[in-house]
Parts: sequence; C-alpha cells; structure tokens
Amino acid sequence: MRIATHGLTKIYDKKYQALDQLTFNVDLNGIFSVIGRNGAGKTTLIRILSTELLPTSGTAFVNNLDVVKDATALRNEIAVVPQEARPLPWLTPLQTVRSYLMWRGYSYRESKERSKDALRSLGLENLEKVKNRKLSGGQKRKLMVATVIASEAPIIFLDEPTTGLDYVSRKEMWEILSRLKKDRLIILTTHYLEEAEILGDRIMILDKGKLADIGSIDELRSKIKFPYVLRIMSDNVDINEDGVEIKRVSNRQTLVYGTASKIYNLVPYLVTNKIKFTVEQASLGNIFEQYVGEEDGGDKNEKEDW
Amino acid sequence: MKRRIGSQIMASILVNAIYAMINYPIILLNTLLAPLAILAVVTFASHGTLLPVAVTGALIMNMVSSGTSMQQDLSHLKNDMRLQDMIVSSPTTSTIYIVGMAISEIVYSIPTIAFLIVLHFIFVKTTILGGFIIFLALATTFTFSVSLGFFLSTFTSDIIQSWGFSGIISPLLTTIPPVYYPITYIPYPYRYLSYLSPTTYASEIVQSQIGVFHLGFQNFVISWVVLISITVVLGYLAVRRSRWREV
Ligand SMILES: Nc1ncnc2c1ncn2[C@@H]1O[C@H](COP(=O)(O)OP(=O)(O)O)[C@@H](O)[C@H]1O
Ligand SMILES: [Mg+2]
Repeated sequence: MRIATHGLTKIYDKKYQALDQLTFNVDLNGIFSVIGRNGAGKTTLIRILSTELLPTSGTAFVNNLDVVKDATALRNEIAVVPQEARPLPWLTPLQTVRSYLMWRGYSYRESKERSKDALRSLGLENLEKVKNRKLSGGQKRKLMVATVIASEAPIIFLDEPTTGLDYVSRKEMWEILSRLKKDRLIILTTHYLEEAEILGDRIMILDKGKLADIGSIDELRSKIKFPYVLRIMSDNVDINEDGVEIKRVSNRQTLVYGTASKIYNLVPYLVTNKIKFTVEQASLGNIFEQYVGEEDGGDKNEKEDW
Repeated sequence: MKRRIGSQIMASILVNAIYAMINYPIILLNTLLAPLAILAVVTFASHGTLLPVAVTGALIMNMVSSGTSMQQDLSHLKNDMRLQDMIVSSPTTSTIYIVGMAISEIVYSIPTIAFLIVLHFIFVKTTILGGFIIFLALATTFTFSVSLGFFLSTFTSDIIQSWGFSGIISPLLTTIPPVYYPITYIPYPYRYLSYLSPTTYASEIVQSQIGVFHLGFQNFVISWVVLISITVVLGYLAVRRSRWREV
C-alpha cells in the first residue's frame, strides 16, 4: 500500500508552520514509522493523511486516493487512533469497540463477534464488561488499538500509541503491533526511537516539518557518517584515532562513533589493556542524532559536535 | 462490505444515551430537574394560573436543552476524548452523526418528556389540531436547536469554551423570552426585543393553541415563517458550514 505526498505544507492560523514542502513516497505492507521530536509535525501529517485536517498546500495520496478530493472513498479504507484519544469512561470495552464498528456501518449483530475477537487478540477478553474508567493506562491504549483493528480497514493510523506507558506495557504493545501488521499498513508515530527501530519496516525522520530522510533502518544507517559505535566501560581511555567522534557519557562509559574499520582499529588497544567494551551498529537513536543534529548547525560535513 | 446507515445512527444513540443510561442510571434524573424547577417556580408564583403555560414552556425548554446539551456532549467527545477525529476519518458522514446524536438527546430526555406530556394531558386544554400544532412547533424548535448545537460544537476547541456557548444560549433562548409566561406580560417596547429569540415565535404558536394568547391568522403564519426560516438557516449551517474537517 502506498502513501505519497508532494510539497505538502501546513500552516496553522496563517502563522504556525507545521509541515514545510514535505515530499515522499512509500510503498509497503507492515509498519511505517514516523519519528521526530515534539512539534516536528507528526500529528499534523497523520491528521492530513487521515482526512481530519486540510493541508494548506501540496497534495497527499493514500492508496492512490487524494486525501482532499477522494476523502469519502478513502474513509472506507482507514481507521485512526488519534494522539491522546481515550476510551469513553462510561462505556465498557465491548461497547467501545462495538460502537466504533457500528459507526463504520457494521450491523449490531456482526459488530459483537468482531469486537470480541479483537478484544481477545489484545488480551482484553476478561475485561469486556468492566467500565473503561477502571482500566489501567496500558489497557486503555490497547483498547483503542483493539477498536481500530476490529474494523476491516487495511490502513491503520496510530499516533503515539505508547507515549506515557511504562516499559513493560510498551513492550507488550510492540509484540501486539508486530503481530497485527501482517496484511495491513500501520502508520505509527512515536518519539521512542527504540520503538521505531524495533517495529518500523520503513522509517521517516521528520525535523521541524521537513523530511530529514526516509528508508529502512539499514538504509538510514548506510547514509550516516558514523555507522558503528564502540562502547567502552571506562572514562579513562587514551584514544588517538583520526576520523572518529568521542563522547564521554558518564564516568563509567565512553562512546566512540566511527566507521567499522576505524572502530576495529581500536580493539587491540582495549584488549591489551583489559578494558571492557562492546561494538554495536549505530542505533536509530544515534542515527537520529546525526540527522537532526546536522540540521541545527551549518555545513553538513563540517559539523562535528553532535 | 455493506455499510448500514441505521447502524451508524444507532451507534451515536447507544454511546450518547443508552449505554450512558444503562451504566449510570442516576443520569435519568438529570434532564428532569432544570425544566421542573422553573415550572414549579412559575406555577407557585402565579398561584397556579400559569401552570398550563409553564408545562408547555417546559416542553419548549426541553427541546432547546437538547440542542445545548448536544453541543456540550459533542464538544466533550471531540476535544477531550478525540472521538470526533475517529468519526470524521470513518465512513460516518457529518449528517449521519448529527441525526444520531440528535435522536440520542431525545432518548436521553425521555423521562422528562414523558412526565411533561402527562402533565400536559391533565392540565392543558387544547384541541386535537392544537395538540398537533404544538407538536410541530416543538419538533421545529428541537431541529433548530440541535443544528445550532452541532454547528457550535464543531468550532469549540475545549470544554470551557463550550460551557461558555451553552451558558449564553440557554438563558437567551429559554429563561428570558416568553417561554414560561405569556408574551402579553412583556410591556412595549421590550416586547420587540423578545422577537429576537426564535423561541418567542414557537411559544406564541404554542400559547395560541392553549388559549392564553390570541394570535391572528396572519401573525400565526408569520410566526411559522420566521420559525421555519431560522430552522432552515441553522440546519444549512449545521450540514454545510460546520467545521467537520478542520482547517
Ligand atoms: N491547531 C494548531 N494551531 C496552531 N499550531 C499548531 C496546531 N497544531 C499543531 N500546531 C503546531 O504545529 C507544530 C507541529 O505540531 P504537531 O504536528 O502536533 O507535532 P508532533 O505531533 O510531531 O509533536 C508545532 O509547532 C505545534 O505547536
Ligand atoms: Mg503529536
């Protein structure tokens, strides 16, 4: 399934620019993860793509349907959990999912079975008849996800579905999403980079309303200057290697960023001196810092102090 | 798949009225209180003579409150729960949503309406035709009021703003205008001012059918024309000009 935008721009109230000439094109089944700092324009993009908000200029297509001109047709194919959406406290989980399905046009009968299936697939079957206000934060988010995946929509938008959840609940959500992504396109925004790295089949980095880059994690990594990280469990090391970046994280760890060959040049020194270390590929967090950090400064290639 | 409009309308009724009533029965009393309080005050203050007017007034007020509570409910669902975004991006259209939510407000106030209708049959004297005309006036009032409520709700961005709107509408349309008392009680030139409220036309029509106010045929027609025009305009605003998809 395809999403394409051309020159997509959103300016709120004639003064707040949220998206700036965004042009991209992705074609996949699975999870398309949109990352960016708070205020980068993720929600604005989701709301335009899901026909909730009109763009100021530019075009956007979801599954080859224009989000403005073909909105009615597109609405049959998408389902959205908006950022900060919450289940209505006076309903039960079963009533929540069921009413959403009925709003989509399912009969009262049909909606019951589908709702029960969806609740079961998110592990909420024992809570069907509890009032939503009694659910935990993680259960509420799972319920919102159950609501949209109960529908027939092949394209699902989830705007920061895990923000604010504890680590265990987030990991449960990851497991659920990677199971549900088969046969669907899930557009997932997050500011947890680990989440995008684990789940995203394709990742888009937004920075201040502009496209920083888009691709699989390996593609993104292959484009940065320092694709490897050497983690040294000491702050007392003496490294004289050109073309690497050294960053003391704490008095227990030093990070060295570089290319594979530069990093491996340092290994004999560490082994000889019996200093503990690990070598890793740059995480999405490292990649993100390099992309978004570069934007802050002047010349891309000169900038070193990210 | 085949999408059923009946189901789409039913979803709003279930969520905004039936599930709420089943899960929290206490709210059944909720809509009863405001009209009954004014009804009691007017009745006692007039030593009972205004009871018939007050009963029909309470019915008019109930129709208007359906609109203001719809506006509050929808603002809450939109701004606090983000439900409207889920609906906008779904196959439900704004018209289906308005109709469903409007019916839900009626369902929600069934206890009040039932009680007032009983009072009406006991205390209010009118002909069968008169009863039918009263029904039409109430239905029209309901229609313009929910249209206004929906229209305003789509422009709210938080609940305080929404309380602001309904706090203005409710007294302007029901407490101050001659809804609970005969229009003849207002001296000129203030009476002209009361014609700024659409509910004044509805209550002229209603009051003319229960014998407290004589409305000539010409004025009867004028009242209807004004009431229907306002309803058409507000209905148009609700369906065509509300901010369903945001800008
Ligand atoms: N309704 C609005 N009115 C004015 N500015 C807005 C509105 N919504 C978002 N913005 C601004 O647009 C920018 C992008 O916001 P948003 O899309 O919510 O970013 P994100 O979801 O990545 O945090 C921010 O600077 C935000 O303040
Ligand atoms: Mg956001």
